[in-house]
Amino acid sequence: MTTFLFLAFAALLTGCSLMVVLQRNPVTSALWLVLGFCSLAGIYLLLQAEFLAMVQVIVYAGAIMVLFLFVIMYLNLKHDIEDGLHHHARRIVGWTLGALLVIEGVMLMRRGWALGPTALESPNGVWGNTAAIGRVLFSRYLFPFEVLSILLLVAMVGAILVSRGTRPEGSGR
Amino acid sequence: MSGIVAALTHLWNMPYTPLVVWALVKCVVILFAMLTVVSYLIYAERKVAGHMQARTGPNRVGPLGLFQPLADVGKLFFKEEFIPDGANKVVFHVAPILAVVPAIVTFSVIPFGAQSAMVATDVNVGLLVFFALSSLGVYSITLAGWSSNNKYALLGGLRSSAQMISYELAMGLSTLGVLLLAGSLSLVQIVRAQEHMWFVVPQLLGFLIFMTTAFAETNRAPFDLPEAESELVAGFHTEYSSMKFGMFFLGEFANVISICSIAIVLFLGGWNGPWLPESLKFLWFFAKLGILLFFFIWVRWTFPRFRYDQLMHLGWKIMLPLAIANIVATALWVYWRMQS
Amino acid sequence: MSALPAAVPMNWYLALSAIVFTIGVVGVLVRRNALVIFMSIELMLNAANLAFVTFSRFLNTLDGQIFVFFVMTVAAAEVAIGLAIIVNVFRLKETVYVDEVNQLKG
Repeated sequence: MTTFLFLAFAALLTGCSLMVVLQRNPVTSALWLVLGFCSLAGIYLLLQAEFLAMVQVIVYAGAIMVLFLFVIMYLNLKHDIEDGLHHHARRIVGWTLGALLVIEGVMLMRRGWALGPTALESPNGVWGNTAAIGRVLFSRYLFPFEVLSILLLVAMVGAILVSRGTRPEGSGR
Repeated sequence: MSGIVAALTHLWNMPYTPLVVWALVKCVVILFAMLTVVSYLIYAERKVAGHMQARTGPNRVGPLGLFQPLADVGKLFFKEEFIPDGANKVVFHVAPILAVVPAIVTFSVIPFGAQSAMVATDVNVGLLVFFALSSLGVYSITLAGWSSNNKYALLGGLRSSAQMISYELAMGLSTLGVLLLAGSLSLVQIVRAQEHMWFVVPQLLGFLIFMTTAFAETNRAPFDLPEAESELVAGFHTEYSSMKFGMFFLGEFANVISICSIAIVLFLGGWNGPWLPESLKFLWFFAKLGILLFFFIWVRWTFPRFRYDQLMHLGWKIMLPLAIANIVATALWVYWRMQS
Repeated sequence: MSALPAAVPMNWYLALSAIVFTIGVVGVLVRRNALVIFMSIELMLNAANLAFVTFSRFLNTLDGQIFVFFVMTVAAAEVAIGLAIIVNVFRLKETVYVDEVNQLKG
């Protein structure tokens, strides 16, 4: 059952990633990416990280991609234009490098295809449990957590400042 | 053939199969029940609206107009469906589906009654599932507005989705107080923690914020500017006709019912109530649901609409700070209680 | 509910992570549209997240999942600012194609 689910979600994720890269219309790319994130959330559930799976849907699929879609619709982007000789050449180089990376990966994994440490049974089934994550997050990783909140504040202020742009003096805004 | 039988038998004998099948059966039952309740909620809205406006509401189709939803569905099926010229065909067709599906999937984590058979799946991050699904519901409006190739629809869609994501934040934060008091994200555990006192009493501010943001999330009541007829034709569903419009309508009301159910589970004690035996506790749940749905309809036909900037001002500058203050106060109280 | 037995070996998850990462790299190299390049970067981040969660599960520790939590937050912040920059560039240059934004002037 787990194997079948993993293969289904993995195929879905790979397919969606390919469609993100291959689609000409940026809105369609964004939608395929949303589907990919949801299938990744399914894989996290198979890895028993249920808190992360839900946070993945809420943050990535539900907030970040909505932001992407807003910007794409605001900029009113149509079909991407990619004709021309130097574009073809660039694409060939890109795909060749990608193929090389895949071949490297296959060579690395060729012998140990089904190896790796076997997962231990988690105690009392409390693995990706929110309480367990909370306990670790607020004790060992408290300082990075607080720094993260400052980072988010900086990002908010930065986004507002960058998108305001420069205005001439005395514009009254 | 025998290979297929052997494979099916093997699948049947796997350890988690009975659980999965049982959950699927419960989901199908919930689906059919909720679709019926949604169509009768539309009827109830028209009747209640009518009586609040000193008229009768639908009363022709069947006794007291009770078959009106059937007439509505029939009408919607037979209308001509047309797709605007420059519309993106695939996205245009997918958007109404995205309006209905997340709302109905929410019902799979809500505990209707005291026994374990009354909740389809008791996920231990149940509350987060609800927030994940409501985040996905934003896409239907954005995509509907964009794919219609229509200025008004696009504006309505963007406005509505901006409103939804703004209020989603305050909604999530207002439920954190409940989370602190209950100590678990599982909706079943949250209901069990309210056996002695419903969370609406210690978390009154949280409840008020949740209800206000619920109105904004479902694009209803005083927050329905994005689909106001006088402003933006019909907002994001301008170009939709026939059953696709029906799906949006259905999705909006399914959203209302699911948010009311979550409000009951989080704040109003779920299925807790005096006098009834354990096996009949779900009647309390449905009684509270009825009252809350009436409240939703009542508010819609009582208050005037918010202007868009007033709406955003309310969401970001009033609801959000209040929700955060609520969390801080609750956390301090829980900490003080733990110390003593 | 007790833990599911790990029927899928760890290397399969890592192989999936590597494949998705490679597709992200190809996306960054091949596409012109700045927004699609940004989406490919998100793909790469998610592939790394998958590797983290896999190792967290198979080495029986929660640190990987905490790190994923941090990566998601940083990715959200990065997307917010990155999109603001892209909008600003679009206002100046009327284009989102990265090969047309090749002049420091303006």
